[in-house]
Amino acid sequence: MQTLVAYVENKPGVLNRVSSLARRLAINIDSLTVGPTDNEEIARMTIVAHTDEKGGHRLEASLEKLVDVLLAENVTDRSLLERDLALIKVQADQSNRPHLMELVKVFRARVVDVAPESLIIEVSGAVDKIDGLLEVLRPFGVLEMARSGRISMTRGSDLLRPPVAAEANGIAEKAILTK
Amino acid sequence: MKLTGAEMLCESLTRLGVRHIFGYPGGAILPVYDALGRSQLHHVLVRHEQGATHMADGYARASGGVGVAMATSGPGATNMVTGIATAMLDSSPVVCITGNVSSKLLGSDAFQEVDITGITMPITKHNVVVTRAEDIARTLREAFLIASSGRPGPVLVDVTKDAQQASAEFDWEKAVPKLPLKRVRDNHDQAEFDRAVELLNSAKRPLILAGRGIMLSGAMRTFAQFVHTAQIPVAMTLLGIGCFPAKDALNLGMMGMHGEAWVNNAIQEADLLVAVGMRFDDRVTGDLRTYAKSARKIHLEIDRAEINKNVPVDAALIGDAGETLDKLLPHVQTRDHAPWLQHIAGLKGDSAVRDIQSLPDSGHLYAAHVINDLWKETRGEAVVVTDVGQHQMWEAQYYHHDQPRTLITSGGLGTMGFALPAAIGAKFAKPEADVWVVVGDGGFQMTMCELATIVQEKIKINIAIINNGFLGMVRQWQEFFYDKRYVATPLVAPDFAALANAFGIRGERVTARGDVVPAIRAARESAETVLIDFRVEQEDSVYPMVPAGASLNEMIRRPNSPLVETAVEP
Repeated sequence: MQTLVAYVENKPGVLNRVSSLARRLAINIDSLTVGPTDNEEIARMTIVAHTDEKGGHRLEASLEKLVDVLLAENVTDRSLLERDLALIKVQADQSNRPHLMELVKVFRARVVDVAPESLIIEVSGAVDKIDGLLEVLRPFGVLEMARSGRISMTRGSDLLRPPVAAEANGIAEKAILTK
Repeated sequence: MKLTGAEMLCESLTRLGVRHIFGYPGGAILPVYDALGRSQLHHVLVRHEQGATHMADGYARASGGVGVAMATSGPGATNMVTGIATAMLDSSPVVCITGNVSSKLLGSDAFQEVDITGITMPITKHNVVVTRAEDIARTLREAFLIASSGRPGPVLVDVTKDAQQASAEFDWEKAVPKLPLKRVRDNHDQAEFDRAVELLNSAKRPLILAGRGIMLSGAMRTFAQFVHTAQIPVAMTLLGIGCFPAKDALNLGMMGMHGEAWVNNAIQEADLLVAVGMRFDDRVTGDLRTYAKSARKIHLEIDRAEINKNVPVDAALIGDAGETLDKLLPHVQTRDHAPWLQHIAGLKGDSAVRDIQSLPDSGHLYAAHVINDLWKETRGEAVVVTDVGQHQMWEAQYYHHDQPRTLITSGGLGTMGFALPAAIGAKFAKPEADVWVVVGDGGFQMTMCELATIVQEKIKINIAIINNGFLGMVRQWQEFFYDKRYVATPLVAPDFAALANAFGIRGERVTARGDVVPAIRAARESAETVLIDFRVEQEDSVYPMVPAGASLNEMIRRPNSPLVETAVEP
C-alpha cells in the first residue's frame, strides 16, 4: 500500500484526471479523499493506492505530469499521521445499550444518535483503531457504515504545502514555431 | 478590439506563428471556418480527420514546431483519436482544435455531440473545454506552451459553438497563459551526477543508447561532441535515427527487435549503458529479466515517470538532454575503447555476407533493394516518411540517415495509415525537401484517400508502395510462430498505378530490379507527385528478429540463402 499527498487545481474534471491516471497504470485506489485548502483554488488529496514502491513512484511522477496537479508526494515511508472517520449504525436495544456504551468509551468513540432499536457511533482515528472497533461491534449487528477514507499528514517540521509563486515552475512562453 | 470567438481563435493562431491548419469543417466548427476564410492562415482540407492529425504530427516532426489540426464535433473529433494517440506515444507537439455544441447543450446528447475531452484524457498531454470567447486566446497560448514544453505531446482544445459566436474584447497582451504554479523539483542531485561521471569514466565496454529525446531537445551537436569526446559507440532507437549521423564510425545502427545482431549482442555484453532520451520500450529491450545484465545504467531523461519504469538504473539524470549533456561534457574523459570497438566489429561476423545486398541477383525484387536504391539515389538526403510493418524496418535498416528529422515514422503506437498524411504535413513544413512516402500495400489502403488532398493542394511528394500482397509483418509472425497459417493476411489491392491516375497522379509499376533506379529518378525529376507500386517478393521476412518476449541475444538470423520460391507476378 502506498500513500500519496497531492495538491491539485480545484476545478471540474481534476478528480477524473487523477483517477483515470491510476486506472491507466492499472493501480487500484484503496482510498481517495479530496478537501479544500485555505486557498479556494487549490484542493488537497490523500491517495492510498494498492501498489508497491515502484508503482508508488510511477503514480507520483505521473501525477505530477498532469497540468492540474501542483505537487504529488509519496509519503509512504515518512513519519505520518493518518486519520479515518467512520459513522457506524449498530443494532441496539435496552438490553445491550449499556454494554455498547462501554465499548464506545474504550475506543474513545462517541454515540451521536440514539433510536429505539439502533444507535450511531462516530469514531475517528487510525484505520486499525476503526477496524478494531468494527470487529467488536459486529456481533451486535452493524446495520450501516460510512467511512470518510484516509487523510494523512507528515509529522513535525516535515511540511507539504502547495507551491507558491516564487518557487513554482513558470514555463516561459517562447518562440514556439519553427518558421 | 472586439472580435467574435472564432475571429479570436484565428487571430491567436496567427500570432502564435501558425501558417497551416490541417482540418475538416462541420456544423459545430463553422464559425471558425468562416473566420478562417478572412484570415491569412492556410487551411489544408483533408479527406478524413485521422489524416488531419497525422499531417499536423508530420508537420511537427519535420519542423520541430507545433502542428495544428482542426475538426468538428462528434465523429470529426472521434476520428482524430488515432492520430492524437500516435502523437502522444511519440511525444509530438500537436494542438487539436475541435468544435462542440453550444455550452447549454453539453451533456444533452445533442446532434454530433461527444465528450471528446473525456475520450482523449488518457491520450493527450492535456485537454480543455472552452465555453467563453474571452478565454480562447489565453487557452490557445497555454495549449501551445504545454504541447511544446518539457516532454512534448498533443493538446486538445474543444471550443463550444457559442464561444465561437460570442463577441468579446480581444487583448493579446492581457491573455497571458495562467498555468497552475507547479512545484519545481530539484533534479540536480550532485551525488547522482558524480556517480554517473564515475561510471562513464571507468567503463570498459560502454554503449550509448540514443533516442528521440536528443532530437526533441535539439541537442544533436552536443550529443555528437559527447560521443566523440567519450569515444563510446552508439546504438539508435527507431525514433532516434537521424539524431546522430549514420556514417559516423561510432554509430552502430538500430537496436532492438529488428536491430542488427551485433548491436543487440553488444548491448548484452556492455558493462555500461548510457541511455539518452529513450525509454527502454519493450521493442528495444526484449525480455527484461535478461536485458543487459552485465551493464550498469545511466539514464538521461526529461520525464521522471520514465525512470526505473522498465529498467532499473544506477544513475538517473533528469532534465533536458542537451542541458544534461552540456553539464556532463567537461567531466568526460577521453578513453581509448579500441579493444571494445574491435570486439563489436568482431560481433558482426558474417552479417555482411548474409546481407541481402550481398546476394547474387536472382532476378527477384526485394524490398531491401528498393530502399537501398532509394537511399543511394537520394544521397540519403530525402525526408522519408514510413508507415508501420516490414517496410518500416527495412527502411530503418537500409536507408542511412545522417540528418535529424529526415525519418518520420510512428514508433510507439505503430499506426498503420500514418505515412501518407504525415508526409503531406512534412512537405508543408519543408517545402524544398524531397519527401518520400515508403508504405506497405496494407497501410496505404488505410489512408489513401489523402491522395486527393495532394492533388487539391498541388504539392509534390513521391510515394513508394512496397507491395507484397500481404500484411507482411503479421504474415511474418504467422510464418515464424503460427506454422505458416496465413489467416487474414493475404491482401487484395487495387491497381495502385491506375488508382493514382484516377486521382490525377502519375502512377507506375515496377517489378524488376533494373527498373527501380530509373523509376526513382523519373519520380524525382517530375514536378508532380508520382506513385510507384513496387511489386516485391511476397514472402520475404525482416531479419534479424528478436521474437516478442525473447531475450535480446536470442535472434532469428537471416538465412544464409533466402529461398526464392515465390515468383513475382509480371
